[in-house]
Amino acid sequence: MNPANRAKTLRIDRIACTGQGLCGELLPELIDLDEWGYPIVKDRSVPDHLRAHARRAAAACPLLALHLDADRT
Amino acid sequence: MNATTDATPNSSALSSPAHHAPRLLSGLYATGVPATLAEHLRHYGPSAPGTRTSPMSVVEAVEAAGLTGRGGAGFPTARKLRAVAERGGRAVVVVNAMESEPASRKDEFLLTVAPHLVLDGAVLAARTVSADTVHLCLPRTRAAQFEQLSAALDERRRARLDPVRLRLHALPHTYVSSESTSLVRWLNGGPARPQGSPPHTHERGVARRPTLVSNTETFAHLALIARYGPDWFQQAGTPDEPGTLLVTVSGAVAAPGVLETAFGTPLDVILDRAGGRTESLQALLLGGFGGTWLSAEHLQVPLARCNLAPLGAAPGAGVLIALPRAACGLSETARMLAYLAANGARQCGPCRFGLPAVAEDFAALAAGRADPALLSRLLRRVGLLPDRGACRHPDGAAQLAASALRAFADDVDRHLAQGACAAAHRPPRIPVPPAVLPETWR
Amino acid sequence: MTTTLALTGSPLWYASRAGGTLALVLLTATVVLGIASGGRVVPRRIGRFEIGLLHRNLSLLTLVFLGMHVVTAVLDPFVRLSWAVSVVPFGASYRPLWLGLGTAALDLLLAVLVTSALRHRLGVRSWKAVHWLAYAAWPLALFHSAGTGTDTRLPLQLWLYAACLATVIAAVWWRLAKAGPGHVAGRLTAAVAATAVPVVLTAFLAAGPLQPGWSQRAALTPVVLIGGGR
Repeated sequence: MNPANRAKTLRIDRIACTGQGLCGELLPELIDLDEWGYPIVKDRSVPDHLRAHARRAAAACPLLALHLDADRT
Repeated sequence: MNATTDATPNSSALSSPAHHAPRLLSGLYATGVPATLAEHLRHYGPSAPGTRTSPMSVVEAVEAAGLTGRGGAGFPTARKLRAVAERGGRAVVVVNAMESEPASRKDEFLLTVAPHLVLDGAVLAARTVSADTVHLCLPRTRAAQFEQLSAALDERRRARLDPVRLRLHALPHTYVSSESTSLVRWLNGGPARPQGSPPHTHERGVARRPTLVSNTETFAHLALIARYGPDWFQQAGTPDEPGTLLVTVSGAVAAPGVLETAFGTPLDVILDRAGGRTESLQALLLGGFGGTWLSAEHLQVPLARCNLAPLGAAPGAGVLIALPRAACGLSETARMLAYLAANGARQCGPCRFGLPAVAEDFAALAAGRADPALLSRLLRRVGLLPDRGACRHPDGAAQLAASALRAFADDVDRHLAQGACAAAHRPPRIPVPPAVLPETWR
Repeated sequence: MTTTLALTGSPLWYASRAGGTLALVLLTATVVLGIASGGRVVPRRIGRFEIGLLHRNLSLLTLVFLGMHVVTAVLDPFVRLSWAVSVVPFGASYRPLWLGLGTAALDLLLAVLVTSALRHRLGVRSWKAVHWLAYAAWPLALFHSAGTGTDTRLPLQLWLYAACLATVIAAVWWRLAKAGPGHVAGRLTAAVAATAVPVVLTAFLAAGPLQPGWSQRAALTPVVLIGGGR
């Protein structure tokens, strides 16, 4: 299967993340923010209808800490 | 330092000659005197693979034995070996002797009495995963041990015993510098702070090569399995968790120290073996500062994963601290949390903000300075620590805090309603290193 | 004198001046938004991510107008510039130093554009390292405008420069005031630059473009210019 069509999961580079909180603004369906602005991932797997939003959130991270991984299965 | 041995195998195996085979701290090593290479070889013979396990490979023997990592996570060692071996190319083996749990002494003790057993295991592992180098990582604070091990390595070099390079390193000693990625990062010239993954250490570690990082004790067990075989190994322990493990017992016991015990031994039996209780006990801390408080009603629980899991606990790195009734569990926990907060690598959100905030809340609770919102805030913050860092440091701290709130629930109510208890004003019972920021990561 | 000369120029010349001025204004806005998002500004009415989006979109718009500025300047028959001048700085026959500053700024912005497009591949460290060049591109663009700009002597244009300068300097000082301890060298450099740029620009405008005979002096080679002879 084409990797682009595979199910996607969110991955956060915890060391790179500085709690800017943009991901939580752009993808509140899957990401909450704690009181310091750091992401709380509610669900790692990205449903198809949120894929574009997830991509936008990953692109918006100023630290490039949010990644959208293609599932290996 | 006191060592007690317990290598009693299952009764069914009593007829087997292997019953008499020594384990980590038995026989020669029970004396507590460092074994020279000559003594070690006289005792065990050479460690060349195939002496007892032929034609089984080391990986197969380890897998059949069911050996798990003794550093705390308890990952199956055979799977680790296989993962590194399957990457292909020259690999690297790292012996993790950092022992950052403040209450643990087992790695230090094992390396003192049986350095060559550990080194045998590391060299065997290196041959198994086609590594040409073994890095032995010690905390910088243990200078005497460093000297002793340099001498042991010289002995082996003179005897031309090993087909691989053995190198000794002294790393900065902080709580998180014992994390496997910290070792890899330091060996690559960086700070001894956790790295996070991917790439995983077994894929790309030291010098970008596949790297096997395991605890000191794990390598010693591996050396014995290669000599005596998996059946012998399984004579101790439970069917699910075979073998023995080293336990460091401290607190209100008559003879605190390191002892070897089989998986499945009830906790109170272990306490008895450490000289027995000196006072009436309130709780046990199992697994160290990143471990779990168990109230005294659970003293008969066997030291085994399946029995401990329902209580939210695990054997961890084998730390057992007996807390007397006269102590204040909340104050002791608050001091440990302050230490853990100061010792975070400050790389991820939970260690930059969450853990220090939890430590502060807990200190206020212990001191009886709680505001009305404290408990709900503390519970929320504790709940947000796990699984949100590059390593498991915040997870361990959360485990400690959450289990303390459970085990000392009555004290929590009392501290909230009436302020700090009398015991909170007495001197602390558990030694905790000062909660100061690490001086260096390099 | 310069003004009257310019007013007789071709439509291309007008387009180039307008494009350049707009690009400067847009670049200023981009830089200010970049500083704001780096300083973790918390806007009241819009989301934080919208600052980032605005930063990105305005930067692209800057490049559009910059493209227009460069293309029309090269096509304009009055100054006769070669295409190479648009990427190789300090090689022009017309006001080599002051034009060259603009070319250098464009090169830096192109580097920033390319690395931003490839940032996921480059990794955050290399990307950010190159991105800092944008801070150098902005004053280069400003001095280029003041030194080559046909309209520099118009009061309205001078007010525009002053406004651009004031917003960026204000943003830098806001960012410095918000910054915590650490990065001492970086903060010191920023403070010195934020003080030096307005002073140097004012002195330069007073001594150069606003004095009679600037068009002759600006045409000279950089070496003579530094001598500053009348």
